[in-house]
Amino acid sequence: MSERIYIYKRYERFWHWSQALLIIVMMITGFEVHGSYALIGFQKAVQLHSLAAWTLLTLWAFTIFWQFTTGEWRQYLPSLKNVGAMIKYYTVGIFTNAPHPFHKTVVQKHNPLQRLAYLALLAFISPLIWGSGIFYLFYGDWARLGIDQTLSLETVAVLHTLGAYMITAFFFIHVYLTTTGHTVFAHIKAMITGWEEVDQHH
Amino acid sequence: MISLRRLIGATLLGAALLAQAAEGPASPPAAGRPENATSTTDHSKLEALKGPFKTGPEVTKACLSCHNTAGHQVMKSIHWTWEAASPTTGKKLGKKFAANNFCGSPLSNEARCTSCHAGYGWTDKNYDFTNQENVDCLACHDTTGTYKKFGTDAGHPLYADREFEPMEGPPGKKQFKAPDLTKIAQHVGQPGRANCGACHFNGGGGDAVKHGDLDSSLKNPSRELDVHMAKDGANLVCSDCHTFNAHQPSGSRYAATSKDKHGFDLPKDDHNRATCESCHGFTPHKEAKINNHTSKVACQTCHIPEFARGGVATKMLWDWSTAGKMGPDGKPLFIKDDHGHLKYSAAKGDFKYGENVRPEYKWYNGVVHQVTITDKIDDSKILELNRVEGSANDPNARIWPFKVMRGKQPYDTENKTLVVNHVFGDDDTALWKNYDYAKSIKAGMDYAGLPYSGKFGFIETQMNWFITHMVAPKEKAVPCQECHTRATDGRLSAIPDIYLPGRDSNKLVDIFGGLAIVGAISGGLLHGIVRILSRRKENAK
Repeated sequence: MSERIYIYKRYERFWHWSQALLIIVMMITGFEVHGSYALIGFQKAVQLHSLAAWTLLTLWAFTIFWQFTTGEWRQYLPSLKNVGAMIKYYTVGIFTNAPHPFHKTVVQKHNPLQRLAYLALLAFISPLIWGSGIFYLFYGDWARLGIDQTLSLETVAVLHTLGAYMITAFFFIHVYLTTTGHTVFAHIKAMITGWEEVDQHH
Repeated sequence: MISLRRLIGATLLGAALLAQAAEGPASPPAAGRPENATSTTDHSKLEALKGPFKTGPEVTKACLSCHNTAGHQVMKSIHWTWEAASPTTGKKLGKKFAANNFCGSPLSNEARCTSCHAGYGWTDKNYDFTNQENVDCLACHDTTGTYKKFGTDAGHPLYADREFEPMEGPPGKKQFKAPDLTKIAQHVGQPGRANCGACHFNGGGGDAVKHGDLDSSLKNPSRELDVHMAKDGANLVCSDCHTFNAHQPSGSRYAATSKDKHGFDLPKDDHNRATCESCHGFTPHKEAKINNHTSKVACQTCHIPEFARGGVATKMLWDWSTAGKMGPDGKPLFIKDDHGHLKYSAAKGDFKYGENVRPEYKWYNGVVHQVTITDKIDDSKILELNRVEGSANDPNARIWPFKVMRGKQPYDTENKTLVVNHVFGDDDTALWKNYDYAKSIKAGMDYAGLPYSGKFGFIETQMNWFITHMVAPKEKAVPCQECHTRATDGRLSAIPDIYLPGRDSNKLVDIFGGLAIVGAISGGLLHGIVRILSRRKENAK
């Protein structure tokens, strides 16, 4: 038995996919700026990276507004309840076809492990990337702001790179975990259409 | 049909001209700079210039009869004194003192070297620098292109046609024509590119030899070669940037302005435009990210991708130590390479040339430590004749492009000084006549009145030549990734003490990050594979 619930609203889906695109663009261009490979040329990579950064900042401004007006921000509040069950599921249950310990509902669409992961992203990786990124972006104004003696480009760039590695690792895990729904593409489908099939046996 | 086509053509041309005129002051000035058309004096009608003139000084006298302060202005300029105090170190420099690794010193070689002096008759060290009638007005102010100071006559042009066999040219005498001084005197005007170029394009004894970014191709360059001096570019002449104030030129290679803090040169300003910022200001780029570079990177570094781009090769190496070889016929040996360049000269040694050469880059803060011929030198390593000072932490320093000239030249192995080498002259000591260093160095040092032990050797030297001309159009500027690259041959691979994105990284972070990404991907893959395998088992039950 299963029922279909409308779990991702239109704005949320728009936010998710445009953010995904921007982050992918920033990963590709960012590692070119880092010197990992040559693809579109350093100048274009910097331009595209900066443009994507500003676009994502704008998108976030709208998204934060959306989170608070809709109350959806509560979805990101962490809870340690059932974290153990989630870990057990991903390490054992998933291989033995055990039922998913978390029941997705409209008011609780993230499982406890997801909540922790997103919180870590929001509380640690994001500030690291955005903080260093904004200083990086405004490098030319450091002297005017009087911070050119206290801050070094190397520190800022290295911190930004560290954040970039972490979000890239997060990206791959995130993409893999989308395949762990009741079918391989179930989660992705839900993120596209908004509707997710949820088991009804609880 | 043809006339119709012509009509359309003419209409289009007219429209184009109108459009150009409408663009306003930004469009380049009309080609050819008709200076004399705007001048209030037609010199050909002046009584004083009726002539006929037989010598240069006669012309000068006529010029000074109206321009009665010009002579004394010129006599204060470096073009006349060949002396300058370094603006930063205060050291006395100029051709008489500063050492280079090209021809060497003008001392004892005056008649040859002073063919580029802004005067007449500097034949020896007793020259009278106070006689204003020896100032050469025509070298700079000839507009006919026919005035030429003869190579071996101490700054004089030929006064009668002469047969002459150039030392390194094809064998046989060549006929040289004396210029018509009267006609030239009647057609004087503002200096053009060819006037300055007659000396500055030929520094070091020939076209393109010395600078690398100054050669005869700049007389009428393509836009690609020099966006400022091209007729279809800004069509500037040298003195539009190297502005003259009372005959004093602005801009100096002894200490090029490393970082212009003055910016635009406005009317009633100091009238010194020998920096890019004088016309382009501090923020010439549309993109702020590129403007941000200007605190650490000189404009020239990106905007002159290569020097010697005009099809004339510049000398990159001059090894004096091999001079003096004779051919099988017992005559001095001269060997040309496939491009017709002299690669060996019995008079001068071995040469190497370069065209389209990528500059070398160094921090430079405006201070140049120029070695003079009397300085004690350290012969245990390569001698840098003009070390440029600067570092990443120096607020006045920027990364500048240089032609690094390499050479080997004679020095006094006991006294540890460079030497004056007497190369030119019709006597029994000159190197280019007798091919004997022992005699020529002794004669040069005696003449200069400098101490000489009598023992000489050859020392490897290097010299930095600022690359500031041959500015390419903006679309040909150096692409970012030629510096922002991990490649060991990146343009700035040798620049120390800065974090250069794309070149530098923190190895620890790279290892940690690489492991994190590899871990994420392989963790997912592994987990997925186990899922697939375990499901299969489940289904098989």
